[in-house]
Amino acid sequence: MAAAMITDLTRTTAAAVGSALSRARSREGAATVGVLTLVVSVSERSAAAALECAGEAARAHPCRILLVISRAPAGATRLDASIHTAGPREHVTLRLYGSLGEHADSVVLPLLLPDTPVVLWWPGESPDNLGASVLGRLAGRRITDAAASADPLGALARRAAGYSPGDTDFAWSRITPWRATLAAALDNGFDPVRSIEVSGASGNPSVPLLGAWLSNRLGAPVVIRTSRGPGITGVVLRSDHAEIALTRPDGRRASLERSGSPARLVALARRTDAQCLAEELRRLDPDEPYAESVAAVGKVSRAKARKRS
Amino acid sequence: MTIAPIESSNPLRDPRDKRLPRISGPCGLVIFGVTGDLARKKLMPAVYDLANRGLLPPGFALTGFARRDWADQDFTQVVHDSVKEHARTPFREDVWDQLAAGCRFVPGDFADDEAFDNLVRTIQDLDRVRGTDGNHAFYLSIPPKFFGPVLGQLKRSGLSAGDSTSWRRVVVEKPFGHNLASARDLNRVLDEVFTPESVFRIDHYLGKETVQNLLALRFANTLFEPVWNRGYVDHVQITMAEDIGIGGRAGYYDGIGAARDVLQNHLLQLLALTAMEEPVSFQADALRTEKLKVLGAIKLPADLGSGSSFGVYDKGWQGGELVRGYAEEEGIPNSSRTETYAAVRLEVDTRRWAGVPFYLRTGKRLGRRVSEIAVVFQRAPHLPFTTTATEELGQNALVIRVQPDEGVTVRFGSKVPGTAMEVRDVNMDFAYGEAFTERSPEAYERLILDVLLGDPPLFPSSQEIDLSWQVVDPLTTYWAGRRPQKYPAGSWGPQSAYDMLAREGRMWRRP
Repeated sequence: MAAAMITDLTRTTAAAVGSALSRARSREGAATVGVLTLVVSVSERSAAAALECAGEAARAHPCRILLVISRAPAGATRLDASIHTAGPREHVTLRLYGSLGEHADSVVLPLLLPDTPVVLWWPGESPDNLGASVLGRLAGRRITDAAASADPLGALARRAAGYSPGDTDFAWSRITPWRATLAAALDNGFDPVRSIEVSGASGNPSVPLLGAWLSNRLGAPVVIRTSRGPGITGVVLRSDHAEIALTRPDGRRASLERSGSPARLVALARRTDAQCLAEELRRLDPDEPYAESVAAVGKVSRAKARKRS
Repeated sequence: MTIAPIESSNPLRDPRDKRLPRISGPCGLVIFGVTGDLARKKLMPAVYDLANRGLLPPGFALTGFARRDWADQDFTQVVHDSVKEHARTPFREDVWDQLAAGCRFVPGDFADDEAFDNLVRTIQDLDRVRGTDGNHAFYLSIPPKFFGPVLGQLKRSGLSAGDSTSWRRVVVEKPFGHNLASARDLNRVLDEVFTPESVFRIDHYLGKETVQNLLALRFANTLFEPVWNRGYVDHVQITMAEDIGIGGRAGYYDGIGAARDVLQNHLLQLLALTAMEEPVSFQADALRTEKLKVLGAIKLPADLGSGSSFGVYDKGWQGGELVRGYAEEEGIPNSSRTETYAAVRLEVDTRRWAGVPFYLRTGKRLGRRVSEIAVVFQRAPHLPFTTTATEELGQNALVIRVQPDEGVTVRFGSKVPGTAMEVRDVNMDFAYGEAFTERSPEAYERLILDVLLGDPPLFPSSQEIDLSWQVVDPLTTYWAGRRPQKYPAGSWGPQSAYDMLAREGRMWRRP
C-alpha cells in the first residue's frame, strides 16, 4: 500500500482544498476513484472513531470521505483542512469555525465527486429534519444512529416525524440479521401469526423498531418486554397452535425453536457500526420498509404504555 | 439477474425490502469426494463463507462421504482446517459452532451398498436431530467415471427421490462427457435418476457473477449495443490461457486435451454470451433460448487444416523457470497426441454476425494466466489525417477481462501531446475490484447457494452441451490422426495459430 500523504491547510477555502486534492492525486499517479462521497457530520470528540468506521466501510465501497467538524460557533469564521491520501483512499477533515458551521454546504459542495451519489452520516446527534438540514439537502442518502443519541427512543420518534425518502438509521441496519432469520423461518409456511413478543434492553431503539416491522408485516399485536440485553434478546411469534422462538441471550449465538422441530443454532452476532455503515452504502435508493416501520414505532410504544398502566 | 420474485405467501417477504438476503430453507449438503482438492480448497470454505454471511439455514448439515476410516469428529476437524486455511471471510467461533454441529461423515466405497444404506440412516437422523426436513443436495466432487456408480447407488437406496414436500438435487462438474456420444450417455443416466430441474451442472471456470457482469455490460447500457454487430465489429478473439502445465493431472488430462477440457464448455459459453441476442428476460430459460440459438448457428471452417490449430507445449523458460515439455510430464506415454493448445476460427451464421470471425484459443503453459473476450472493431472508413499521423493507430477494441482483475478495457486512438499531429492507441480501464472493492463472492458460493435455493442455474443445459460437442467433435476427429505442433512453454502457442490469423491479415492480441 502507498504511504499516506498528508497535506494540512489552515485558513483556507474549498477551492484550495480541491486543488490540493488533485495535486496529491497526480503526485501519486492515481486517478480519482470512488463511487460515492461520504460526508460525515461529527463532533471533534467522536471524529476519530467515526473516521475509523468510515474507513472500514470504504474498503467495501471506495469513496471520498469528507469529515465535517463544526467548532467554536461564536468565534471568528475560518476553515482548516487536512487532506489524507493513501493509494485509492482519501479523506479530508474539514474544521469549520464560527458561523461557517451554519453554511457547511458551501464548503462541501465543491468537494463532492462529480456525478456520483452523496451520502450523509451523522454518527452522533443529528438534526430533526434530515432532508431539510443544511448538509442533508446535498445528499440522496441520510444515515443516523438513534442509539448514539442522548435520548435514543426520542431520536427514533423524531426520525419518524421528520422522515424524507433516503433517510435510514443504524437501529434498522442492526436488525437485518434478525429480520433475515425470521423471514427465512416463515419461508416454509406458518399459520397466521396471532401475537408477537420482542424482548430487549430498555432504551434500545432497535427493539421497538423490530416490533413495529413484525407487527406491520404480520398484522398482529406486539408486546415489548424489557430484558437485561445485550441488544435484542428474543422474538416469539405465536399462531393458534404453534410458535417460533428466536432467542439470543449472549449477543452472539441464537437458538431457533419451532414447535415440532429440534432447536437450531444460529450465529447471530451483534453488528459493528462499520458493518452497518457498509450495508447502508450498498443500496442508495429510499428504504420504504424502514419508513413504514419507523412510522409504526409510535403505535408499538403506545401499546406498551397502555399495558403498563 | 435474480429470478423475478415469485409472489410469496410469506408476509415477512417484501420485494422492496432489498436488505433481506434469501436464506435457503432447512436442508443439508452431501459431498462425495471430500478428500479431494476441490472439496478442501473450494467447497468446504465456500460453505463456511455462506454461513458467515448468514445465508445458510439454521440447522444446516454437511455430510462427507469418502473412503476413509473417519468418525464425525475427524471429518469436522478436516472441515475446520480447510475453512481456516482457505475461507474468504474471517474465522468466527460462533459461525463455526453453528456449522460444526451439523458435520457428519459416512465412510465407504462407491460400490458398497452397506455404505449407502448407512448414508440413508445418517440423513434420516439429520432430519430428526437437525431438522433438515428431508431436503438434501448431493455434490459429486469425483472423477466422471464414478458418476454412474454413485448415481446408481443414489437411485437404489432411494436417496435420489424426495417426497412431495422435500427435494433432492445433484451437482455434477464438467467435463460432461468427452464427446457427443458419452455426453448423451451421462445425460441419460442423470435423467433416469433425477428430474432435469434437480440437476445442476457446473462449469467452475464460468461463475454466475461473470455471466451476469457480461449481461449487465451488454444489456444495461446503450453505449455498446449499437456497434455490437457486423457493421462495426471486425472480429472477436476469445482467450483462456493458463500458465500452469498439467501438474499431477496426467491421468485426467491425457487423451482429453484442451479442446474437450476448455473449448467445448468455457470458450463456447463465452462465445454464446458475447454473440447472443438480448433475452426477453434474465430468467434461466430465456437466457438458455438465446444461447442455444447462437450455439446452433456456429459454423466450423470448411478447411479444418487452415481454420484450426493445435499444439503441445515443449520444454521452455516460463516466468524465469525452466519447465518440462508435455511429453516429459510424469505419466504421459510417448505415443500421446493430446493437444495442450487449441484454437479455431468459427463463424456465427446470423444476420448480426455474418462474416465476422470468432477466434477461440486456449492452452496450457502460455505466457500468463488470463481469460478475456476481445471485440475488435473495424478501422475508421476514412481517416482525415496524413498516413504518418496514424501510423501507430491500431483497431479500436473492447476487451472484457474475465480473469484475473475482472474488468473492461477500451482501446482507442488518441492524439499524442505536442505540435505534430500524431495518433496512437491508448487504453481506458475499468476494474470491478476498484469500483467495488466489496469482494465478489467465490463462484462456488453463488453456486452452492443456487443449489440450496433451487434457483435455476445459469449453467449449461444438456441441449447446450449437446450442441457444443457438435462443434468440438469434428475438430478432435480431424486432429486425431495428426500430431500437435510443438510450442515452447511460456510462449503464446504454436506457429500454426499465428498463421491462421495472418492469412486473413489479422493477429492475436497479446493479452
